[in-house]
Amino acid sequence: MLKTLRQIASVGIVSECPPEPDAGFAVGDQLQEHIRAVLGRALCIRHIDAGSCNGCELEIHALNNPIYNLEGLGIRFVASPRHADLLLVTGPVSRHMEAALKRTYEATPDPKLVVAIGDCGCTGGVFGEGYASCGRVSNVIPVNVAVPGCPPSPGRILAGILTAISDSSKVRIASAEPA
Amino acid sequence: MPLQSWLTRSRPQPGAPGLRALTVAVDQWRGIAQDIAAASGRLLALWASADAHAIPTIRAAFLAGPQGLLLSVPIMHPESPYPGIGDLFPASVRMQRAVADLTGLRSSDADTRPWLRHAAWPQHYRPLIDPPPQILNAQAMVDDYPFVRVEGEGVHEIAVGPVHAGIIEPGHFRFSVVGEKVLRLEERLAYVHKGIEERFTQLPILEAHRLAARVSGDSAVAFSWAYCQALEGITGNSIPPRAAWLRALYLELERVANHLGDLGALGNDAGFAFGLTQFSRLKEQILRVNDTALGARYLLDSVIPGGTQRDLARADAAALGQCLREIADEAQRLRIIYEEHEGVRDRFNGAGVVSPELATRLGLTGLAGRASAQAFDLRCDLPCEPYTQLSVQKITRSEGDVAARVAVRFDELQESCRLIQHILASLPDGPHRAPLDAPAAGVTGAGLIEGWRGPVCVALEAGPAGTIQRCHPHDPSWQNWPVLEHAVIGNIVPDFPLINKSFNLSYSGHDL
Ligand code: SF4
Repeated sequence: MLKTLRQIASVGIVSECPPEPDAGFAVGDQLQEHIRAVLGRALCIRHIDAGSCNGCELEIHALNNPIYNLEGLGIRFVASPRHADLLLVTGPVSRHMEAALKRTYEATPDPKLVVAIGDCGCTGGVFGEGYASCGRVSNVIPVNVAVPGCPPSPGRILAGILTAISDSSKVRIASAEPA
Repeated sequence: MPLQSWLTRSRPQPGAPGLRALTVAVDQWRGIAQDIAAASGRLLALWASADAHAIPTIRAAFLAGPQGLLLSVPIMHPESPYPGIGDLFPASVRMQRAVADLTGLRSSDADTRPWLRHAAWPQHYRPLIDPPPQILNAQAMVDDYPFVRVEGEGVHEIAVGPVHAGIIEPGHFRFSVVGEKVLRLEERLAYVHKGIEERFTQLPILEAHRLAARVSGDSAVAFSWAYCQALEGITGNSIPPRAAWLRALYLELERVANHLGDLGALGNDAGFAFGLTQFSRLKEQILRVNDTALGARYLLDSVIPGGTQRDLARADAAALGQCLREIADEAQRLRIIYEEHEGVRDRFNGAGVVSPELATRLGLTGLAGRASAQAFDLRCDLPCEPYTQLSVQKITRSEGDVAARVAVRFDELQESCRLIQHILASLPDGPHRAPLDAPAAGVTGAGLIEGWRGPVCVALEAGPAGTIQRCHPHDPSWQNWPVLEHAVIGNIVPDFPLINKSFNLSYSGHDL
């Protein structure tokens, strides 16, 4: 126990400031100037791997490390789409995940946001489209923001999430008041 | 016939050192498989080469004594089943089912259920042979898979997945339980099957290392190195010494980063969130020094045909060395904390046991295999440059439980940190890449690299004019997924996430 406490004390606080939202990630041109929404209540994210190589998952995991400290920003991952405001989707969508992805999307309450992660989520990436791959996420469900990179760094993923929630039309999601 | 007489008939196989190749007739196939099994050989991979014009061929890679052996078995009568080897090498069963799904070649083994194919393509469609269909099911469909049922008083089923509650890859697990106790687990995978093997045939052979790196992103260096090793075998070029040493540096960094990630997650699954916080911080340190010293957090594009993408500057090497020294020290401190923590010890010890006997019979491989006394490590058994000069210490345990898989990770982490210091201190001067000759059509190369999870095998057949005829990338998860089904028997359902994590198998690398 003493060693554990000593380790905690010697490491101290390592969390860093979050990045700015990035205009470059917007799929449409709905991006507003500022993040209007203050994260009054926790933004709930459901992650779905729809066919990724698992590289993007490694960087999404990193968001939870103490340096990016996602929870500290009021963002957390939830286990069910029914509790989610935002779906974080990785991979080209494999045909075997197509039904599961659509089902998850439908199970997520409106209004909902979808952020497609990685070159695969944006374009199908190196896997493209084929007998087993539907390609980009927006071929299967509507996408608000797509974050390129292979894999994108945690900073870029976070910027993509912030970009999505700063879209004014979806502002209710992130506001303190219940919609 | 003893194995030796088969080996004398074999010829050298281009690619990984110590590999031999042999073509046998289909009526000799079971005979040689029996001889390999009798000599305690290991199945590394099994796949099929088939296209519309050539004789379809079953291929298998084995580790047989001090040699690797690549067998080819031409199938003259593809309409009748070829002899299965599931009784000799249980890990082959799913590989044979996958061959049937992709090429229509069936084995004589009893389990004829599809494995990689769900409902995305019809049974008669052979993805690796038939031309792409115009429209594959316009409707997303879910099929009906015949799981094995366990009958009995008080037995009920729990089904989880494919989408899981955490940030993990999709797969389906069907438990048969009494109370909390697991009687049986049946896995169903292939949700992230993307058609990687077909995709390879659409890419130029000199560029497809990028796809290889993305077979399983967490093993990008292992796969891209194995691919390049196969390709360089085909062209007959050797790479500059500096390139080989840099590749080994990347491979060990990949091992350290993955072990750090797993050790944190395992602590967390044992109810010790402190472990996750600490280890994920250490992992982030490596990723950042990778970024500044090597140009990327994850080394997906670092290994290229003929060498490496970048060179390593002296100052960057020093920064890497410094970072890895700190990591080694901190990991050692954290290990003591894990070992002294009663709650953690309690959850790790005796959970998810795979006895050495079971591991041998089922062919458990890689890191998990070494935790169950399967003393195989390609870096020692079939070392390529520079491992021939690194004298890697092979790490094994015999308890075969979660604690043993944790201990192997801790030990390998230290060993990799030692190797990295050694590599940084002895990096040969000279170029880090060299041009390759044009790959000749029809030549096959095979690469074998010990990734952090276990042996990665890539078999590559060159087509005409810089194309790929066939490429099969093989992840050790193929061997280990079926063993996980055994490891959880008799454990309680709430321990499954911990046991599963202690293997940490790849879905993408398996599903292809
Ligand atoms: S974008 Fe890159 S890292 Fe992410 S799933 Fe695709 S190939 Fe893997």
